[in-house]
Amino acid sequence: MLNRYPLWKNLLILLVIGVGIIYALPNLYPEDPAVQISGTRGSIEVTDRELNRATQALDAAGIEVLQASLENNSVLIRLHESEQQLAAREVIQQTLGDNFVVALNQAPTTPEWLSNIGARGVNLGLDLRGGVHFLMEVDMDAALKQQLEVTASEVRATLRTERLRFRQVSVEEGRLLIRLASADDLPEARRLLQRNLTDYVFEDSAADALLTLSLTEQAVRELEDYAVDQNLITLRNRVNELGVAEPLVQRSGRNRIVVELPGVQDTAAAKRVLGATANLEFRLEARRNADPLDTEEFIFRDQPNRNAALERDIITTGNNVANASVGFDENNRPQVNIRLNGQGGRLMSQATRPNVGRSMGVLFIEHKTRTRFERVDGERVEVREPYTERGIISLATIQSELGSSFRITGVGSIQEASELALLLRAGALAAPIYFVEERTIGPSLGQRNIEQGISSIQIGLALVVIFMLAWYRVFGIFACVALASNLVLLVALLSALGATLTLPGIAGIVLTLGMAVDANVLINARIKEEIYHRGMSPQNAIHAGYEKAFSTILDANITTLLVAVILFSIGTGPVKGFAVTLSLGLLTSMFTAILVTRMQVNWVYGKRRIESLSI
Amino acid sequence: MPSAIAKKLLNIDIDFMRLRKLAFGLSAALILISLASLAIQGLRLGLDFTGGTLVELEYAQSPELEDIRAKLERAGYEQFVVQNFGSSRDVLVRLNQGFSPDVGEQVRTLLASGDIQVQLKRAEFVGAQVGEELRDQGGLGMLVALICVMIYVAFRFQYKFALGSVLALAHDVIILLGFFSLFRIDFDLTVLAALLAVVGYSLNDTIVVYDRIRENFRTVREGGPKQLINLAINQTLLRTVITSFTTLLVLFALLFFGGEMIHNFALALIIGLLVGTYSSIFVAGTFLLVMKVDRDDLAIPVKEGVLEEDGRP
Repeated sequence: MLNRYPLWKNLLILLVIGVGIIYALPNLYPEDPAVQISGTRGSIEVTDRELNRATQALDAAGIEVLQASLENNSVLIRLHESEQQLAAREVIQQTLGDNFVVALNQAPTTPEWLSNIGARGVNLGLDLRGGVHFLMEVDMDAALKQQLEVTASEVRATLRTERLRFRQVSVEEGRLLIRLASADDLPEARRLLQRNLTDYVFEDSAADALLTLSLTEQAVRELEDYAVDQNLITLRNRVNELGVAEPLVQRSGRNRIVVELPGVQDTAAAKRVLGATANLEFRLEARRNADPLDTEEFIFRDQPNRNAALERDIITTGNNVANASVGFDENNRPQVNIRLNGQGGRLMSQATRPNVGRSMGVLFIEHKTRTRFERVDGERVEVREPYTERGIISLATIQSELGSSFRITGVGSIQEASELALLLRAGALAAPIYFVEERTIGPSLGQRNIEQGISSIQIGLALVVIFMLAWYRVFGIFACVALASNLVLLVALLSALGATLTLPGIAGIVLTLGMAVDANVLINARIKEEIYHRGMSPQNAIHAGYEKAFSTILDANITTLLVAVILFSIGTGPVKGFAVTLSLGLLTSMFTAILVTRMQVNWVYGKRRIESLSI
Repeated sequence: MPSAIAKKLLNIDIDFMRLRKLAFGLSAALILISLASLAIQGLRLGLDFTGGTLVELEYAQSPELEDIRAKLERAGYEQFVVQNFGSSRDVLVRLNQGFSPDVGEQVRTLLASGDIQVQLKRAEFVGAQVGEELRDQGGLGMLVALICVMIYVAFRFQYKFALGSVLALAHDVIILLGFFSLFRIDFDLTVLAALLAVVGYSLNDTIVVYDRIRENFRTVREGGPKQLINLAINQTLLRTVITSFTTLLVLFALLFFGGEMIHNFALALIIGLLVGTYSSIFVAGTFLLVMKVDRDDLAIPVKEGVLEEDGRP
């Protein structure tokens, strides 16, 4: 038969639509307002004890708890009203104290069978749910200069120990200039330095006894990666402190970092936390009989119950730390390698030479701001107080005199080693970073954007449906069923792929709805033409119409898809969202406008003799 | 639709080729005006491209914009723009200065003095360098899009068609840019996205017409290029109009119900759609004629050593 699909084809189309409906379903379940409790650090465990304390405190405060659960080391408490979120956060924070972060969240109410198959609601962009967006840039010139300064001190030290006299070692315009006292020393100096400084390109000029070092292209790239990664790590740590439910901290391009904090409104507070600085202090452990006035007690950062006394004198600080990384010792156990700059190295060797056998502690220092709510004259006011948090991250025995690079062994597992290296890097002198873009979207604006977006989808869809029914009648019904399944498939794809829906993304959906019927208009026009101009029978006309329209539809959609892909690659944030919905919409509309309508046409007209079509 | 009307609509026969001089004049005039406006006053670039600071506020009662300007001036702000955004209670303040973390809050407190209640809805800051990069990227993206399209069309059709479609696209883009320049409408990132979407859409239309021209050149025996192109335009006219109409329906829904943030986006799409529809009917085909396209350009290559039986397809 001409206009019949084999059973498998019908089943396949229905299956696709069925799966689409299932994956689009989670979007119909409203989200519960919730608060989420997690530890300020990975080492702090959130247990049933915290859960019970939190729910009891909420009960006492008269806030009704819908549901509370403990999962993945964090507690999720669902509430009835979103107005209660802020109050609930405050109550829980006061009860549990500073070791826990309480964040506002929206908990999905997707039934379990749906979440088990990976179905979830679509991610909403910042413009739809409110929040802060930052774009930060790492100052590469400064990072390069820092690196060269570190090398400059190493070079001075090497030349001194090798007794090669030099006039000056300086950093100028991204290069390191070494002026030797005599041009005769050039080959020797070059040979000595090249042994350790493999990342540099050497140039010498005998005329003025000048040796010029510049970083290789690859080394600059590595430095850039290092500087960005270092800042990424630090930013991630700090974002956790902000208590944001689903933060995004991501590298963007060569030297930029995007930070998105949904739900955060207080940009100033967020920037204070993000811009906060951490530092390190290296100090000797106090002797047992030391004068208490010369010592200070500190707790361990990860073990609040353990403490140690350190001397008040500081050997050196994080400002002299150039790098810290995880390595392995001779027995293949993890260790942490630390590199100091020249000044740091000198201070370190002076301090450790007479103290081999004693212990040295590393203090991690963070400057933070605490926000509390107080009642003043019956009104709730926010009080911010800065404070400093100090904790020991390492206490190890000095085995021999330490120089500008040394290692800490016996640091436990590889995870613990990388945690330590991470903290050392976070406290080390980081490449400066500054804000180049910043957007705050209020929650009311986000809510309104969603409402307006949805209503324009509804109105647009209704208008197209009315027109198609009036113009094409029965074939209009086919097209409208296809349009509806197109919307379902598009929403399902967006949700399942985890794409982020933005306001321009919604506009993309609306535009897709208008353009999706194009394929049907093309097909229907062809079918009519075959009937009225060529005198074909309706059955043959349907067949020929679909056949002939296909290549046109394909060509037209592929070119549009090309443009959408380019749009995706150049766009940022919202524009990307538009490109995603537009291109996914093109793909789904090809499927629905051709196959889904054809299936219906075949059902209705395929099995019988027909005289005319309602088209 | 009753079949009598349907038949009539299918038998539309407008001599577009006779109208082509008129259309050419109109297009030339629009392009000249657009280019002149772009050259003289340029585009009013939005925050995304210029860099700077933007604060959106919501007042409890409609404020006088003049008062706001006076207050800002007294507070020492320079080079700012104050305008209503959507409703008379929503106000957008654009500052040309660099950024300080609390600028949104500062402006709000400054304006909220006394019994005037103001709510901060949105604060945005874009660094000048980021803006510049976006500008470059936008222009580059547009060029890459046009070149990719040209290659695809040249591959699927023929180089004259590729050139014709790209010229038609350039025509649409210039007129759309001219519109935004002439009426001083903010050109921001979403409008750029709309511009690229218009490129896609207008291309879609043009390809449908070209597809039909190709088919006619291969299957219709009578008539020269002029007649065949005209026939193709007439054959696709109904489709072109209906599709543009349904798309316009949804775009007007966006324009009126989508909110202020995508107002310019929807506007750009509507103008672009109208220009694109016009160009695929009146311009794209004419370009082919100018380039002297004929049957040989699209002849299906005959396989060697095979005898073709009479004229059957």
